[in-house]
Amino acid sequence: MSEWRYWLNEQRGTLTGLAIFLVMFVIYVANHPAGFTANVVHTAANKGVLLAFVAMAQALVVITAGIDLSVGMILVLTNCLASWIVVGGAVPTALGVVAVLSTGVLCGAINGILVIYGRLQPIVATIATGAVYFGLALLLRPFPGGSVNEDLADALTGRLFGVIPSSLVALAAVVVLIWLPFRRSVAGRAAYAAGSSESAAFMSGVPIRRGKFAAYLLGGLLAGMGGLFLTFFTYTGEAAYASGSAYTLWSIAAVVLGGVSLYGGRGSAVGAIFGAFAARTTGDMLFAFDVDPLWQPLLQGVVLMIAVSIGSLALLRVRNRLDWFR
Amino acid sequence: MSETSENHVSMRTRLPSFIRRADPAVLTAFGCILLLLFLGSLYSSNFLSPDYLLQQLKVASFLGVVAAGMMVVILLGHIDLSVPWVMTAGAMMACAVAGFGNTGSVAAIPVGILCGVAFGLLNGIGVAYLRIPSMIVTLASNVVAQGLMVVYTGGFSPQDSAPPAVRWLATGAVVPGLPNAILVWLAISAAMVFLLTRTAFGRAVYGIGNSERAAFLSGVATRSVVMIAFVVSGALSAFGGVLLAGYASKAAQAMGDAYLLPSIAAVVLGGTSILGGRGSYLGTVAGVILITLLQSILSVMQMPEAGRQIVYGVVIIAMLLLYGRAPPNR
Repeated sequence: MSEWRYWLNEQRGTLTGLAIFLVMFVIYVANHPAGFTANVVHTAANKGVLLAFVAMAQALVVITAGIDLSVGMILVLTNCLASWIVVGGAVPTALGVVAVLSTGVLCGAINGILVIYGRLQPIVATIATGAVYFGLALLLRPFPGGSVNEDLADALTGRLFGVIPSSLVALAAVVVLIWLPFRRSVAGRAAYAAGSSESAAFMSGVPIRRGKFAAYLLGGLLAGMGGLFLTFFTYTGEAAYASGSAYTLWSIAAVVLGGVSLYGGRGSAVGAIFGAFAARTTGDMLFAFDVDPLWQPLLQGVVLMIAVSIGSLALLRVRNRLDWFR
Repeated sequence: MSETSENHVSMRTRLPSFIRRADPAVLTAFGCILLLLFLGSLYSSNFLSPDYLLQQLKVASFLGVVAAGMMVVILLGHIDLSVPWVMTAGAMMACAVAGFGNTGSVAAIPVGILCGVAFGLLNGIGVAYLRIPSMIVTLASNVVAQGLMVVYTGGFSPQDSAPPAVRWLATGAVVPGLPNAILVWLAISAAMVFLLTRTAFGRAVYGIGNSERAAFLSGVATRSVVMIAFVVSGALSAFGGVLLAGYASKAAQAMGDAYLLPSIAAVVLGGTSILGGRGSYLGTVAGVILITLLQSILSVMQMPEAGRQIVYGVVIIAMLLLYGRAPPNR
């Protein structure tokens, strides 16, 4: 009985994220002219998956009490790279995918090395590496263009058995194959411990460096997957600064909506996925309500503002005013 | 052992007091400025001409105004990500008001700044009273500001041009040869130094940056101080936007995008701790000049945008590794 309570308390953020998403999605589908059909779900899933990958990447880093302001730029860089090398027959395509994902891992590793061994503050270090990654993307693609193996792209963005969006399946596979093993590993627990209290974790002999490094590394990998999927959706590579920084900013919003604490140590990447879907649904909602697209950014901002303010209801429970401060 | 440390102390006492008290980070930043100028002068002797230097200071003054506001917030241990669209909103509103004839062009600058105050108030209430992490509140208000401006302009850059007063403030010269923008930056800098070092508010900002809990227990009204700091940052961002609109003679969509990361980088390169509580305004000035010079030299050398971004990032990382490292964990 009491075990349930602990589990519920631990998962509260994730469940809140799920609840926000479900409410948004039900409103969206109820007002969508086509209703709850495979097509509507498919489109929504494909839009959401991109942000979901980036949000997972952000969540991994945020759990260690860090922040990665270069995720969007890693996405753009891997997108540009993929538009060059994920082409041709089966073998070159496979090699290309491996190379793109390794690039993501490498970017994450550079961030991790600078933050952990260089002892730089993550927020400024990743601003700087983000500029470098964007520069590299611009070198690869001064102008939008390129192509991708369309068979693979269609397979991963289409539907399985005519119903299930395969991008969602890919996302679920990533959760099962990367997130869950990480969460259960020593490194994963060390990442949570480091985010919760780095000095306490250090004193207890937790391998915090390994944990944090693994989080940054996997963050790079997930952002790379996001870049790969972006290429599959658009068939091109484009080094767009605005889209990179938008992905970074919305990944932070998604992480918060998904119940991951920006102070570290609380929340899960699964919550971030729900947060990402919720954020995406907000944008689509206006389409369903037939609002002038010009109003979309404003309403998105207002919804985001309200969503993050809901968390401050917890202030009403505070008995000691010192608990305001962390 | 003690002998060497005494020796060390006597060495230090012999130095002039302003060097002894100077922050090593600020000194390094100024050193890097000199190094950049030296490298630039190897490339072309124009880099040391007064015209070029004044032009750089003028360009730097827009970033300097924005970075001054950013610094107050960073000293608290918070961050203001709403800079890009608050700048744009301030600029667009100032230009829009100017359309209303004479009263309009008088009111342009105050109205632009008031827009920034409004967004700063929104941020400040969210951070100080609702206790939402500053990163996410300011992010949300950035999106709100963007949304408002998109609705207002219909997604295009507005046709209103900047009123003469604003243009004069950004490009004119009261003292011949010395652009007004630099004077504005100087005035704001003097006010900032006074605010941070000579007022109770400044003390409270440093205190909250070190430990908000301790400042609260010492009787500081921490919530209103935090709120005011965000208002200052919003007002200065908007004012920076107004100046920039005067320089370009009109407001444009996304004109503030190029100022968010440089303003954070300038503050941090100037030796202010991103965790708050530590840093001097002089360092921020050094950081602003450093970043402007770096951008200018890279563009004079006709490096393509890609190379500029890479060099820019690498230089920031290298400088941070030089003096921005946190103490080890043990």
